[in-house]
Amino acid sequence: MSNGYAHAEGAPSMHGHDHAHHPALQHHFSTMSQQREAGVLGMWVFLLTEVLFFGGLFITYTLYRMWYYEAFALASKSIEIVPGLINTVVLIGSSLTMALSVRSAQTNQRKATVNWLIATIILGSVFLGIKVYEYALKFEHHHVPGATFDFFGHAEASGEGHEAPAEGVTMGRDQIQRTTQIFFSLYFVMTGLHALHMIVGIVILFIIAWMAHKGRFDSEYHAPVEMTGLYWHFVDIVWIFLFPLLYLVERH
Amino acid sequence: MGGIPLFPEAASSFASEVDALYLFIVAVSAFFTVAISAAVVFFAFRYRRRHPEEIGAHIEGSLPLELLWSIIPTIIAMVMFAWGAKLYYEMRRAPAESLQIYAVGKQWMWKFQHTGGQREINELHVPVGRPIKVLVTSEDVLHDLYFPSFRTKIDAIPGRYQPLWFEATKPGRYHIFCAEYCGTKHSGMIGTVIVMEPQQYQDWLAGGGSEGTMAERGAKLFNDLACNTCHLDSGQGRGPSLKDIVGKQVELAGGQTAIVDEGYLRESILNSQAKIVKGFTPLMPTFQGLVSEEGLAALIEHIKSLSPQAAASAPAPVPAAAPSTSTPAAPAQGARR
Amino acid sequence: METPVYPAHNYLTNGHGLKSWLLTKDHKRIAILYLISISAFFFLGGLFAVGIRLELTTPQGDLFQPDTYNKFFTLHGVIMVFFFLIPSVPAVLGNFLIPPMIGAKDLAFPRINLLSWYIYVVGGIFTLFAIVAGGVDTGWTFYTPYSAASSSTNVVPTALGVFISGFSSILTGLNFIVTIHRMRAPGLHWFKLPLFVWAHYATSLIQVLGTPVVAITIVMVFAERAFGFGIFDPQRGGDPVLFQHLFWFYSHPAVYIMILPALGVISEIVSTFSRKRIFGYSFVAFSSLAIAVFGFIVWAHHMFVAGITVYAAMVFSFLSFSVAIPSAVKVFNWSATLHRGSLSFEAPMLYVYGFFGLFLIGGLTGLFLATLGTDIHLHDTYFVVAHFHYIMVGGAIMGYLGGVHFWWPKMIGRMYSEFWSRISAILVFVGFNLTFFPQFVLGYMGMPRRYHMYPDEFQVLNVLSSGGAAVLGLGYLLPVIYLLYSLKYGEVAGNNPWGASGLEWRTQSPPLTENFLEVPTDIPEAYEYTPKVVREAKLV
Repeated sequence: MSNGYAHAEGAPSMHGHDHAHHPALQHHFSTMSQQREAGVLGMWVFLLTEVLFFGGLFITYTLYRMWYYEAFALASKSIEIVPGLINTVVLIGSSLTMALSVRSAQTNQRKATVNWLIATIILGSVFLGIKVYEYALKFEHHHVPGATFDFFGHAEASGEGHEAPAEGVTMGRDQIQRTTQIFFSLYFVMTGLHALHMIVGIVILFIIAWMAHKGRFDSEYHAPVEMTGLYWHFVDIVWIFLFPLLYLVERH
Repeated sequence: MGGIPLFPEAASSFASEVDALYLFIVAVSAFFTVAISAAVVFFAFRYRRRHPEEIGAHIEGSLPLELLWSIIPTIIAMVMFAWGAKLYYEMRRAPAESLQIYAVGKQWMWKFQHTGGQREINELHVPVGRPIKVLVTSEDVLHDLYFPSFRTKIDAIPGRYQPLWFEATKPGRYHIFCAEYCGTKHSGMIGTVIVMEPQQYQDWLAGGGSEGTMAERGAKLFNDLACNTCHLDSGQGRGPSLKDIVGKQVELAGGQTAIVDEGYLRESILNSQAKIVKGFTPLMPTFQGLVSEEGLAALIEHIKSLSPQAAASAPAPVPAAAPSTSTPAAPAQGARR
Repeated sequence: METPVYPAHNYLTNGHGLKSWLLTKDHKRIAILYLISISAFFFLGGLFAVGIRLELTTPQGDLFQPDTYNKFFTLHGVIMVFFFLIPSVPAVLGNFLIPPMIGAKDLAFPRINLLSWYIYVVGGIFTLFAIVAGGVDTGWTFYTPYSAASSSTNVVPTALGVFISGFSSILTGLNFIVTIHRMRAPGLHWFKLPLFVWAHYATSLIQVLGTPVVAITIVMVFAERAFGFGIFDPQRGGDPVLFQHLFWFYSHPAVYIMILPALGVISEIVSTFSRKRIFGYSFVAFSSLAIAVFGFIVWAHHMFVAGITVYAAMVFSFLSFSVAIPSAVKVFNWSATLHRGSLSFEAPMLYVYGFFGLFLIGGLTGLFLATLGTDIHLHDTYFVVAHFHYIMVGGAIMGYLGGVHFWWPKMIGRMYSEFWSRISAILVFVGFNLTFFPQFVLGYMGMPRRYHMYPDEFQVLNVLSSGGAAVLGLGYLLPVIYLLYSLKYGEVAGNNPWGASGLEWRTQSPPLTENFLEVPTDIPEAYEYTPKVVREAKLV
């Protein structure tokens, strides 16, 4: 990965900050490119950590889905698909606006950078708003695991019955009652952590947008925008996995 | 080390082999510890710095030496692995003619149940010279049934049976410990296993079990819970006949098969719709929470008593690999299409 | 030899007052912050160990209530593992030394470095809160369903504390990886790096890849306990054994987070005090990576009696032996390094000799636990307790203390008492063996771990162990005294009191904030002690 001569590139003077440096260059780096490469590598290592963080959840999910496929299918069908679908589109859209803001930063378009960042923030907030609506629905339907959990409660009360064991379901009511809780536990942990990542992302976006507005970035120094972009795309990708796993179990 | 004991009593058929393997590894370890310690101590004297300007010889390394001290430990390790694995395989595979006992761990006691109906708490009576298979489970948290003198143990995990077996070779009284931390009185969750001569054991058996054998109690429960209204011996009932099924392979609704053993029966009672026998509709309610661990064991013994020839040859495969014990409490693959 | 002068300008004098420390971005000052905080946790964890050993002098369990005892061993484990051992060598010595060793001015991300210390402190505060609020009794392993449903103690704050401190560890690892890749001085290629740096690189990989898995596992236990979710709850069909898989996927490699950096320290000291290149440099370097990689595929050996299948057990037993080989290779190479060296025995080298003995026994007793036939008997007994203390205390702490003694003159610029430091090295070695060797015998006798009371026949060995613990405690307390004393009264050390060859010894002691006035460009091979190099660098 490294050539072992990290300082060498474009650094005639190893020490002594006597010639003109970019104001954003930190004292312990010799060149902007060294600083940038360190940042990029650091971000990728961080994302690797994130992959393993969610990886533990995905493994847990996969095992339980194998053991309790039927419960997972039933529980998944009980989730409203439309908000999830809208959210997927919103997030993909936000990835696009994020990419455009990075592009604008690279080409020194300050105004456009800020605008695209704000667009990303708006889309991210829309996603979270819809998520809040979905969570509220779960509370209303008693689909939050724990003492008040009742998988059938809502369907029977509203007379819709679409959650009652359908044709060909071999699990008993009691068993469904118990094992769908595992699905919803994972649903809340997975989407909850994802939402937490979104919130952190939006806070970072605000900071970056403010910095961009102040003119801190130019074509030579825009690493923070790029890093934020990497993070934002990663969070989107996690959702791209979560959506089918949670909303589309056996929904043909 | 005059008065300090180094080994617990060796009172099971594989205790001496575990001790032998242990001593083998002790010997290997002692050899390397002594050899390397001797070498570094010798170097400490032989190559101690004699004047302040002295420097060490310039030596890069040696590929042959590296290979030597990688390969030799590898070979020794493989011997340990193979010996240990062989022994483990034996320790996890109960002989067919084993006497069966049910054990339930509970904060903070061990409850044992003999097929003859005798129940004990924190005491276990077993005959000498006969393989004993213990099916271990827990009512609450993790425990671990440990017989140091038999050199064996297994975790008690709520929701499943874990098999353990031994053959006691020496009459006497030995410790039972809980080896998996389970809360406040973990260290009080101990008991005694009493190994008896066969005749004494028969006498002991005769003294207990006033409520009838486990199978008898299971039969009563079978009626009380109205299992008998569907599971008719004729096979004409709404549930499959339970006659002569233990040890057999049954075809399930989903197309898979399952071996009928204690784990399968347990699952079918508690999570009745998990593995439906082909040709039957999933009508049976679950008995989770309606039947205690003791009652469950009694029901299973009753069902096993309906398969007399299976009991004679006791085919139930014991390794934890048995499909119905390797998944958690209520694996429901039923409707997978 | 001219008398060295204490440099007027150094990182310690660059800024005064609490604020200059709490807002520092200097990796050396952050290392000192870590040194202070982990030492505090070490003695707190030690206090709980004192409680344990006192209780176990009698079989009846008559000193403390069972719940109190259970909290003692839990807190001892939680504090020692997560708040002392995991950060010990990397966060203190690695933090201080990696930049000067590779000719850099600082770690790649100084602010993140400071952040990771703050995260550590916040995690520590949660854990301290759990202690003040009444303690926690799940064992440091947090096994479900006990932790999720049964225990009535402060599991949530403790779990949060561990979860939070995990991010400190992740960020330290991330910082090291990037630093080692991107910040090396010109001409310093990978095979000129000190083995200390290699060991930290391998450690960082584990920190970055393993820690998030245990973090998410703790989140799930947290959700189960705090919100009544059911992921590992057998009542709802959850699998408590799955928790163990996820937990040990990190926590077994975590053992290597504790021991690998210490192994790096040993390489530095062995080479310096025999004035000789490490025998088989590249084998020692790659064995660190091998241990890190193999460490990830052996976790299920913690579950040989927990209901994994016979065949899975065999596979994991086989793989577990694979970790033994690179560890053995290291020991052989260090021993061979001593051959035809020029050996001297100041305190760091005494710690290394002690380390040899303890790490050998610790490593070899691991074989008993990797071997299936013996593990069934030994699992969850005192044999296991003794084994991992030999590795994590015998190995890791001997390495850590050896390293602190070795680099103290560099960090502080002054020498400590040679006499007392040798006494303490010997006390630790003797006390340690007295404490933990009897526990191997106890374990084979069948005494299970985490026992508050025990049958009478185990008493003699337990009393022996408690007696040894007193000696060990003294051995750990002594350095506090003479090291603190040396801060003010120690002799001035000079740049390179040991005549070591590493880059960090070429700068003044204590170093400047930027480490070097001129970054060295003529970097020799690692551990060069040829007469020419020695003469030019005035090593001797």
